[in-house]
Amino acid sequence: MIDIVLLTFLVVVGIAIARVRNLLAVTMLTGIYSLLVAMLFVLLDAVDVALTEAAVGAGLLVILMLATISLTTRKEKVHATRQSIMALIVVTVTGAALIYATLDMPRFGDPQAPAHVHLSPRFTQDSPTEIGIPNMVTSVLASYRGIDTLGEAVVIFAAAVGVLLVLGTGTVRRRRDRKGEGVEEAGEKS
Amino acid sequence: MNQYIVLRVVSKLMIPVIMIFALYVQFHGEYSPGGGFQAGIVFTAAFIVYTLLFGLEAAQKAVPPVAAHILAASGVLLFIAFGYASLFLGGNFLEYKVLLPNDQAGETFGIIGIELGVGITVAAVALSLFYSFAGRERR
Repeated sequence: MIDIVLLTFLVVVGIAIARVRNLLAVTMLTGIYSLLVAMLFVLLDAVDVALTEAAVGAGLLVILMLATISLTTRKEKVHATRQSIMALIVVTVTGAALIYATLDMPRFGDPQAPAHVHLSPRFTQDSPTEIGIPNMVTSVLASYRGIDTLGEAVVIFAAAVGVLLVLGTGTVRRRRDRKGEGVEEAGEKS
Repeated sequence: MNQYIVLRVVSKLMIPVIMIFALYVQFHGEYSPGGGFQAGIVFTAAFIVYTLLFGLEAAQKAVPPVAAHILAASGVLLFIAFGYASLFLGGNFLEYKVLLPNDQAGETFGIIGIELGVGITVAAVALSLFYSFAGRERR
């Protein structure tokens, strides 16, 4: 029941994000979307992912988008677009193919699903004695899949290096300190 | 936003709580949901709240961007150091059980160590991203 309510909200918020032209509102809606997804993850017992989604999607991402909006503009430019039949056909065919593909997927929570018969039993049975910590997500992430996690950390670092190279470090210059009170106004006008 | 006394007082109460919660998520990640990644983001959230209230200059006086950059690199290096430590002690790369005499204790020690590395990297990266977005001026 609550699944259906959350999924309905997701669809509504998704359509709203696509339709609304006020970028500030879109940013807020994106945050709401992330929170809804996080709630769905909690319902699916994926609390680690839910925590990440809530922190990154609803927290950091919204802050960064707000910062971007404050630098650029608040309104989306509306381009006069022609409705293309071709695009509609492509979208419909792709969507139908994807839905057709889901028919082959195992039932939700099926114990015989391929994902649950290969490595999962070994992790769930042996990780408490092998690693000695109760949270299996952590033991898989940090120990069994340690090199994956190392790769993730390096990717995050590399992404930061890229952004800093493009946007600069954002260091507030000390020279402006001495000018005193007029600093804020000067910053606004320039 | 420095003149809003309610915001200032409430945020001064909130910021330490956010930081403690981040440390809880970081070091309790073996028992409850969480880990380095989530903790890093939550820890940065405290700095972002501080910046929103007291301005970018005050925040950069607390943690200069250069410090954030160095921390971002050192987190990754801490992670790699754990990998090589287990390599030199006779195991495979990132095989933590050789780090301590007891297999289980070694694994737990290694996991805490690399989670700390991930946490430091994520917190520092998120903070420097925020600095570089917030530090730009409107042209």
